[in-house]
Amino acid sequence: MRSGFLLVALFSIVALSLIIIFLFLEGIPILEHVSLKEFLFGQYWYPTDDPADFGILPLILGSIYVTVISGMIAIPLGVMTAIYLAQIAPATVSQIVKPIVELLASMPSVVIGFFGMVVVAPFIQQLFNIPVGLNMFNASLMLAFMAVPTICSISEDAVFSVPTALKEASLALGATHFETLVRVIVPASLSGICTAIILGLSRAVGETMVVLMAAGGAAMIPTSIFDPVRPLPASIAAEMAEAPFRSEHYHALFAIGIVLFVFTFLFNLLADHISYKFRQVGEASL
Amino acid sequence: MNRWIKSILILVFGLFCVASSQVFAGELVIKGSTTVLPIAQMAAETFMAENPDVKISLSGGGSGNGIKAIIDGTAQIGNASRFIKQKEVSLAVTKGVYPVPFRIALDAIVPVVNPKNSVTDLTTAQLKDIYLGKIKDWKDVGGTPGKIVVISRDSSSGTFGVWQELVMLEDRVVPSALTVPSNGGIVQAVANTPGAIGYVGLGYLNKEIKAIKVNGVTGTEETTLNGSFPISRGLFMFTQGWPEGETMDFINYIFSKKGQELVRKAGSIPVFGF
Repeated sequence: MRSGFLLVALFSIVALSLIIIFLFLEGIPILEHVSLKEFLFGQYWYPTDDPADFGILPLILGSIYVTVISGMIAIPLGVMTAIYLAQIAPATVSQIVKPIVELLASMPSVVIGFFGMVVVAPFIQQLFNIPVGLNMFNASLMLAFMAVPTICSISEDAVFSVPTALKEASLALGATHFETLVRVIVPASLSGICTAIILGLSRAVGETMVVLMAAGGAAMIPTSIFDPVRPLPASIAAEMAEAPFRSEHYHALFAIGIVLFVFTFLFNLLADHISYKFRQVGEASL
Repeated sequence: MNRWIKSILILVFGLFCVASSQVFAGELVIKGSTTVLPIAQMAAETFMAENPDVKISLSGGGSGNGIKAIIDGTAQIGNASRFIKQKEVSLAVTKGVYPVPFRIALDAIVPVVNPKNSVTDLTTAQLKDIYLGKIKDWKDVGGTPGKIVVISRDSSSGTFGVWQELVMLEDRVVPSALTVPSNGGIVQAVANTPGAIGYVGLGYLNKEIKAIKVNGVTGTEETTLNGSFPISRGLFMFTQGWPEGETMDFINYIFSKKGQELVRKAGSIPVFGF
């Protein structure tokens, strides 16, 4: 019985480590063709030219910008919705709204990407009178759609699980409802909220379909939020199928995978660290 | 003990069956260009359905690899989306191999714009400057003023390869060009974007987008076949010497009415009108 479960646990660990080993084995050989500095900070991505350029700075910046902007949209929306649902809304409202928000999370990303490409792109283009609607802003908006349910759902659990005694004590001391929310409930659930934000954003960093369809795919360093960008996952998805096996281009795409892996790994470390640091132990440590 | 002998006998018999089937069935190895791949794939499937004793194994890897496979003898048919280069011919001849080209299909790439755009005609030089990012406004090519939104294909696509070779003359497309993963994606993006310019295979033209004349020539099957449309190329299958046996049958199949219909189905232009 015990060894059976151990085996199951080991299986996933072994599978995961094998994937990581494979990723590094296939990605590292690109360093024979370009230096690490040229790869990470090169400004031109022309992988099929002769001679080829393998600079992924535009792709990295594309990923970072898209994630930051989607965070700016999704964090306030998600966290505030969570606080409203957990503390302010009447029970009937939150019983209806919460499942709907969670249902958003189950929306396939290809549907959101398609929506961004076909509906939102022409809309943005006319609204802001810009040349093209497939751009950084569009992709960020679509990614925010995907991050909101994650952020909202996990934060709501955190906010909801703040002990009632804390809230009652604060109200009893004469604090208003708003003061109680801002000074007591939010700090008490901060670790859960931070974890929620980071998990939501790490989903946005790794999301492929949406950025492939809605971001425009130009490997340029963006100068405005209405410029098209080509985030890391979009490059891998678009080019891997045609890259000759074990060619420089193939290794470069795996190396992009390593960079992406490092990104999400850092995000998860951060989430772990924050949830540990701001952990609320009992009711006395506020 | 009896069981052991039985199982060994079965194993030997099994091995014999596998070995003999390999001896008797014709095996055809096809390698090369990813542009020719869809045609070869469709043709291989229907050909194998009609000739169950022939086994075709198919792989991509690019035109260069296709021709190399012919020279090395690792494939019977090498696909290429370009003609053989002089260097490759000399290499083949030194190895005693005489590659024979068969032009099985043609490929035309047509520049397209949004139907609201007033521009109808561009030269290849203007197209190149637009994709280099030198011409940025439609007014510079005789249209109504407005920023040109350059839309291109991913650098690994075969369509991009033609564009790169015949329009860009191997110069680089401007980094700010949007890239789209498919012909259909270009149609979608150009139809939604008033200032856009893109390029698609001839088979993808429709009412949502407007085809542009290149050097005054409209891209059609006819202008491609007579060679007047500039952005077109032949798709080739190379064989090692004049083909024989299954290789000949397969090449003949591609040139048959059925095979040429598959060529059209794969989005290329048949070399024969039946």
